[in-house]
Formats: sequence, structure tokens, C-alpha cells
Amino acid sequence: MIGCAAMEQATTVATVVGEATGTISRQQGESIRKSSKAVAKSLEDFTPEQEYYIGRTVGAVVLTKYRPLDDDRANTYLNTMGQALARVSDMPELFAGYHFLVLDSDDINAFATPGGHVFITRGLIRCCRTEDELAAVVAHEIGHVQLQHGMNAIKKARRTEALSVLVREGAKSFGTKEIAQLNDVFGGVITDITNTMINNGYSRSYEYQADAAALSIMKRMNYNPRALPDMLNVMAKQIKPGGTDFAKTHPSPQNRIAALKKNDQFVGETETPDVRKNRFMKAVGHLL
Amino acid sequence: MFRHRSLIICLALLGVLFLNTAAEAQKSMTVQVQEGQLRATPSHFGKITAKTYYGDQVTVLEEKGDWKRVSIADGKGHGWMHGSALTSKRTVLKAGQSRAGTSVSQDEIALAGKGFSEEVEKEYRKNNANLDYAWINKTAVWCSAAKEADHEKIFLAILGNRDDAGGDDRMRRHGTGNNRGHRGG
Repeated sequence: MIGCAAMEQATTVATVVGEATGTISRQQGESIRKSSKAVAKSLEDFTPEQEYYIGRTVGAVVLTKYRPLDDDRANTYLNTMGQALARVSDMPELFAGYHFLVLDSDDINAFATPGGHVFITRGLIRCCRTEDELAAVVAHEIGHVQLQHGMNAIKKARRTEALSVLVREGAKSFGTKEIAQLNDVFGGVITDITNTMINNGYSRSYEYQADAAALSIMKRMNYNPRALPDMLNVMAKQIKPGGTDFAKTHPSPQNRIAALKKNDQFVGETETPDVRKNRFMKAVGHLL
Repeated sequence: MFRHRSLIICLALLGVLFLNTAAEAQKSMTVQVQEGQLRATPSHFGKITAKTYYGDQVTVLEEKGDWKRVSIADGKGHGWMHGSALTSKRTVLKAGQSRAGTSVSQDEIALAGKGFSEEVEKEYRKNNANLDYAWINKTAVWCSAAKEADHEKIFLAILGNRDDAGGDDRMRRHGTGNNRGHRGG
């Protein structure tokens, strides 16, 4: 987080200098001073609308790496399950809601953008044998959204840069130079998030946090929490060491299972009912 | 006489306290989702009674768990909204327009529709022609299909103990309430 007071002070000094040197008018200076206070406060968080637009472009970048799977049956099923799980998460409401899409790839991978776009590869769906196991995968991704892991990938310096540009946008006059700066900083934000999300992976602790969130979400929906380690056991057999997917960006399935066993929520054992097994096979069986 | 005066002062103070409490109960909040639904019951499956949009002000009448019963500022509707769709911050819609520039204060969430917005996305797309937004838009189609109330109710019914109104409140009984409404406050 940015030091708001420091940023306000810096902006005030810059504004006074601007007025004195005649580069900005007194009226513009007043406008900047008013706006900087508001923005310094509000940029502790980006607005939900800004997160949505960041998320859309992060999603578009994901789709340059992975082809979407044009499959109505699987995608409608995934979206229905996803909406239901999102409703019981700690963040059921997003600017434009949650959206889910299957990616046509054998990689074991998944992504969740700050705007609520969740992508899951066919390779990861193949690690799931039941609806409950797929729910575990989806709930883990919703966990990343509700914990704002994507937004936390934005570098501190970038946040400060965004703040200073947006402060000037708060003033009424916003020239081509500022618009160019705003576009640059947007590009920087996208790079920060996609580099972390796609190439390097979040910190290991974020993954464990998302697993813990997944357990809570699953329990609230009456899904079997054991489905998460069950799915991870299958993943452990299918994951290819040295791969650029979960093999690189996530803790090993074995370590994730070990962490789950220490979680208080990891209790109860319910067999997945046939009706759910059948529904799962009907919707995504052809992808397995 | 002195006693009477004390009594009057006490009553006056109590009155002020009461008014403050009433004012607190009827606090104003801002919608922070693109389209917010007001529902007849505190449930995601409650019947929609009215709609409200990003930046709109609502008055909170009552709270129940993570849900708030609100009225739309113009009094044209009231209903329940989930707390994560609301923030305590006020929104200034556009710099240089209407309220913006004249009423910006620290408690306001400035620059709705500004900053990283549709315009910035358009510009970014111009310079990154390889990006595919068609599929990003298409996800909204499946999302809408999934949101059809009956569709989701049928889905949930299979999970057991699920019914319509109020059903998800029971599901959320372990909820922490750690949502944007609180974050934004």
C-alpha cells in the first residue's frame, strides 16, 4: 500500500511548484489538490470498475497463450457451478460478476483475473473424476479472486506511478501526454500481473491460502472437502516435472495435501452421490 | 425548578442520542457493482424487486448478516442487497462533470468511469492487436445462461438441502463477512 499522507504531500508540493512556475493555472492547481486527497485515499484500493478492466486485459493475455475451448455444454456447466460457488464465497459480488472458461490445452493450469474471469485447462479437468473434485479446482480459483492475489501482484512502484497519473486525471484538464501515461501505466499493471500469474506463479503461501479458502467454500456448498486432496492425488500422477504449468507455478500436490491435512476445516467424508457423478460425466465426460 | 431543568436536559440528550442512532441505522452507501439487484428476501435467489447501478446511492434500512435492506435514493424501490455490492465510500462519476471537481473529499471513491476504463482498454487494444477480447466477451453469454434462476436452482437442488429464498443464508452461516463492503468502509 502507498503512504497516502506522503503522496498527498508530494502532490501538494508539485502543485505549488507548478503554479509558481506557471505550468498550471491556479484553478487547475486547486482541482489537483482536491482530487489528490480523494485519490490518495481511494487508491489504497483500485475501484472495482478498474479491477474489472484490468481483469479483462489480463484474461485476453491468457488467451494468447491458451486457446479457448468452444464447448457450450462444458462451459455452461462450469459457469453454473462457478456462480453457485462464488455466491457462497466471501466475495460473491464483483463489478461484472464471475465468468468461467475452459482452455483447450493438455497443460495442468488455471488462472483467475482480478475482474473475476476464471480459466481452467482441459488438462486440469482431467485431474478431476467427480463434480466435487472439479468444484475444488473452481473454488481454489475463486479463493484467489476473493483474496485479491492478482491485484497484489502489482508492484509497489507501479501503484505509486498509477496514483500520480490518476491524480492528474482527477484534475479537469487531461492532455494527450497524460492519456499516454495512463495507457503506459495500464500496460505496466497488466505486465506485473501476467508475469506473476502465468510465468512465475504466486508465492507458495498464496496457493495455500487459496486452498484453505476452497475448503470453506466447498463446505458451505455441501461439497466433500476431501475432493480437493483426492484431485491433488490424481494431479500428482499426471503432472510432468519441468513443465511450465502447475509444475512450475504451484507447490507440489503432495505439499498441498500435507498442508490441507493440518486445516481445521478438513473434516468429514462424504461419498459423492451418483446424481452428481452422472451430471459431471454428462457435462465434461467427453473431455476426460 | 432545578430538578426539572436537569430532567429536560437529560431528555434532550436522550433525544439527540436517539436521533443519532436513527441516522446511523439509515446510513447511505454506494453501489460498487455494474448492476445491483434489490431482492425481496436476503438471498441470492430472492425475487428481484428493483435494479440499481454503479455509483448509485442507497439508504440502508436494516441489516441481516452480510445482507442489507436498502432503499434507492429516489424512493422508487427497496430490497435486500449483499454487502459486497456496496461500499461506504461515495462515488464521483466523472471528473469535470456534475458533482465531480466540486465535491471531491477524502471519503469519496473518486473517478468512477475514469482511470483504467473502457477508453484505456480501447487504446491498449490498438497497440496489442494480438489480444482476443471476443472470447472475454463471450464468457458473459455462458455466465448469463448459468444465472437463469431455474437453471441454478436445479443445479443446487442436487447438492441437497437447497431451496429457494433464504437457502444460501444457511450455506453462508460460516461466512466471515470479509468482503469489499467492509474493505471499502
